[in-house]
Amino acid sequence: MTDTLNETMGAIGRPLRRKEDARLVTGNTNWTDNIQLPGTLHMAFLRSSIAHAKITHIDTSAAKAAEGVVHVYTGADFPGQPGSTCVWPVTDDIVLSHYPVICEDEVKYVGDVVAVVIATEKYLATDALDLIDVDYEVLPAVVDMEAALAEGSPLVHSDKGTNHCYTAPVPFGGNYAEVKAKADVVVTRRFINQRLIPTTMEPRAVVAAPMGMTDEITLWTATQVPHVLRVLLALLTGIPENNLRVVAPDVGGGFGGKLQIYREEVLAVLLAKKLGRPIKWTETRSESILTMHHGRDQIQDIEIAATSDGQILGMQVHLLADMGAYLQIITPGTPLLGMFMYSGIYKMEALDFKCTGVYTNKTPTDAYRGAGRPEATFAVERIVDELAAELGMDPMELRKKNWIKHEEFPYTTVEGLTYDTGNYEAATARALELFGMEELRAEQAVRRASGDPVQLGIGISTFTEMCGLAPSRTLGALKYVAGGWEHCTIRALPTGKIELVTGTSPHGQGHATAWSQIASDIIGVPVEDIEVIYGDTGRSPYGMDTYGSRSLAVGGQAIKAAGERLVEKARIIAAHQLEVSPDDIEFNAGTYSVKGDPEKATTIQAIAFEAFTAHNLPDGVEPTLSGEATVDPMDFSYPHGTHLAAMEVDTETGKVKLRKYVAVDDCGVQINPMIVEGQVHGGLAQGIGQAMYEGAEYDSNGNLLTASMGDYLIPSSADLPSFITDRTVTPSSTHPLGTKGIGEAGAIASTPAIVNGVVDAIRHLGVNDVLMPTSPQNVYRALQAANKGGAA
Amino acid sequence: MTHISATVDGTHRQGEVEPRLLLVHWLRENLGLVGTPIGCDTSNCGACTVLVNGKSVKSCNVLAVQIDGAEVTTIQGLASEDEWHPVQKAFKECHGLQCGFCTPGMIMASVDLLTENPNPTEEEIRDGLHGNLCRCTGYHNIVKAVSHAAAEMSGS
Ligand code: FES
Ligand code: FES
Repeated sequence: MTDTLNETMGAIGRPLRRKEDARLVTGNTNWTDNIQLPGTLHMAFLRSSIAHAKITHIDTSAAKAAEGVVHVYTGADFPGQPGSTCVWPVTDDIVLSHYPVICEDEVKYVGDVVAVVIATEKYLATDALDLIDVDYEVLPAVVDMEAALAEGSPLVHSDKGTNHCYTAPVPFGGNYAEVKAKADVVVTRRFINQRLIPTTMEPRAVVAAPMGMTDEITLWTATQVPHVLRVLLALLTGIPENNLRVVAPDVGGGFGGKLQIYREEVLAVLLAKKLGRPIKWTETRSESILTMHHGRDQIQDIEIAATSDGQILGMQVHLLADMGAYLQIITPGTPLLGMFMYSGIYKMEALDFKCTGVYTNKTPTDAYRGAGRPEATFAVERIVDELAAELGMDPMELRKKNWIKHEEFPYTTVEGLTYDTGNYEAATARALELFGMEELRAEQAVRRASGDPVQLGIGISTFTEMCGLAPSRTLGALKYVAGGWEHCTIRALPTGKIELVTGTSPHGQGHATAWSQIASDIIGVPVEDIEVIYGDTGRSPYGMDTYGSRSLAVGGQAIKAAGERLVEKARIIAAHQLEVSPDDIEFNAGTYSVKGDPEKATTIQAIAFEAFTAHNLPDGVEPTLSGEATVDPMDFSYPHGTHLAAMEVDTETGKVKLRKYVAVDDCGVQINPMIVEGQVHGGLAQGIGQAMYEGAEYDSNGNLLTASMGDYLIPSSADLPSFITDRTVTPSSTHPLGTKGIGEAGAIASTPAIVNGVVDAIRHLGVNDVLMPTSPQNVYRALQAANKGGAA
Repeated sequence: MTHISATVDGTHRQGEVEPRLLLVHWLRENLGLVGTPIGCDTSNCGACTVLVNGKSVKSCNVLAVQIDGAEVTTIQGLASEDEWHPVQKAFKECHGLQCGFCTPGMIMASVDLLTENPNPTEEEIRDGLHGNLCRCTGYHNIVKAVSHAAAEMSGS
């Protein structure tokens, strides 16, 4: 293994137990729903149970007269007021949509908001919903993407004249038609990357309150993005940004689902201002499943062209992406976040990419763990397996033949990205060793030969992804309306304690611990003396928050730079105190000493006190000791890894069992390997969830059929095995700490590994694809179809 | 309104409650014991798990009036004054939590599981906790934490 860096160099690299946990394991938590302010009014939402309808009449009089009800609002009370917005209009001719805070005359998906009750108690607010009388004129619902694009389809937004949201053809390198013409083999597949529901265990919750002495409105909300949200709330509500404070207290998971501006947040702020009272709402799980944005939902038409000896020449990628009924924060951009990843780890001459976004009468889609990259990785890793089958090659051999060799880095891909570092050989070698590939292949052969009803399949996924959103200029070129920098301030307090203020906003990732480890190594202060401050625009004014595996990849750079600035300022003060020139001062583990005379020394804590009293500072040096940095990343970073899955498929019942899963990930230098491993485990569970269990299903009228936790199956402990994980360490050359990013890797890599394994188990029976989730029904159907095909 | 009284986390509590009030709402809204969170409205997630007379119960699936006279332990009453319960220690030691939202329920369910079966196999842990959902950890380290706690508690 190549993990020789850092293991003994202080805090970085150690599996420190988390600072966060003391509160969390004792119930001493601060979830938004825990907040109880005096005089709170409760919101409850009347939501449409019809996917598409005109609202012809609403009568709220009975509800208004009900016990405890203070107000009932409808769309007529907020004419033209948007409830969300899109910050990534991906093409010049994109068809944008207005997302009303409360629907005025038409509902466009099941869950759309029709009216809001404000009452003194939560139960009373909910009771009053039943007393609101709404008449609808039902309109035809648009559910299927291809039908939505067909001539004469009913329209989600009739004023737009089309359900076509945008088409983004991207001129990546090479000419696919030319490489296809010279190819010996062309394999074409249609993959369905089904709609998923993020399902954070903490439902969304908001409390908005006017806060006393100023005009400030404080919004506590279960969000990943307090900073982004504050800007957007100001733009959407007209409340001056400097009168808005957004706090993300303890947040119970996000996975992209809380990377959003939601109409419930906008309304809470507007009503807190209007009524001058705290407004509170916590969604039920049923509301959450319907109205937290959904993820994925693409039809992927993929073609791969290769020579007969297995040289990949190029790929064609045509996507249809379901936007749902409205565009939210990055709805149209989400599939495009994957566009750079379709060539994966493989060298090829040409890639033709096109994505069409389509409106339907369904819940809006947006980022879900991986956001575009899992879809891309699924497509490339699946089609490479299909190509191997077509060529009669071992799927790992085909991969090895085409992947970028470790000595070829930095390597510029056909999409034009430059992968800085990687070592696919090392990760693969380690994974194969842990997996026991030869024994499993031998068992597979025996089961095939004996016609065992339970067949064994081996699934491979050799993936890479891009982390660290993002160099701001790149985002600008992609029409994204914000930058991708991150901020950190480190303050040394008079007592020697440290405050580290970060613009990232964790919701389970352990930033309080990991950021302390980084700062501890840089400024030489013990981890326990560092307090990490985050998730509050009042206490941490600058930041771009947490998503896209960016917190360490970008935020880590800001911590390092801020720490170094603090150390440099203290060096000048130390030199003055020790009566030498700053050049003669050495800094090591929190101590400044005179070169060649180590007895003459002082500590960073002592200097913090000197900077506070300011009795004896050198001329021109300002009192107080802190370092501040806002860093725009130089480039993305590219973690990678090799994942292997052993899948058992019962050919009689269609039941699939995950027997063994090996994940070897390379995310560069690891700050806290325990946290890294935890991120991998959680990502695996979500990626495996997509492959085996999860899928949002609608009927042809636009009703969500999987509308409860009993129907939308996230994996339970009984559905998963323990995982075998390990790592290789190939430091990033574009990140000053050598780190890459790990939050999404497990979710990106595992989905194709599982499906490749399932298909491998039953390919000899004529199956070359199984729809996700690989439920008994879907496997059985694939076997039946192959059977019929064979007989015909 | 119905009068109820119960011992909650070692303290005698009583109050007038609506017959439809859920136990979890009594704990959170009336008693201010907000350490027990709510993750669903269909009794699927287990986030709200507490012990009633030593047995784990989903507190969103019980009415407050049903626990009249009972002894209730929530995550906030599990530790003694100066020491965590071994299961709490094990969750931290084994990184059995990330966001921590499932953790109160997961810990309370694990305490009950270990009372029933002090030395469970991995499979028994996975079966025993299948009514408690976690979206962050993939369960790997939760299972490890429960095994670790079992070993600590049996003194091995
Ligand atoms: S809150 Fe989900 S089971 Fe009780
Ligand atoms: S730790 Fe987040 S849901 Fe379990």
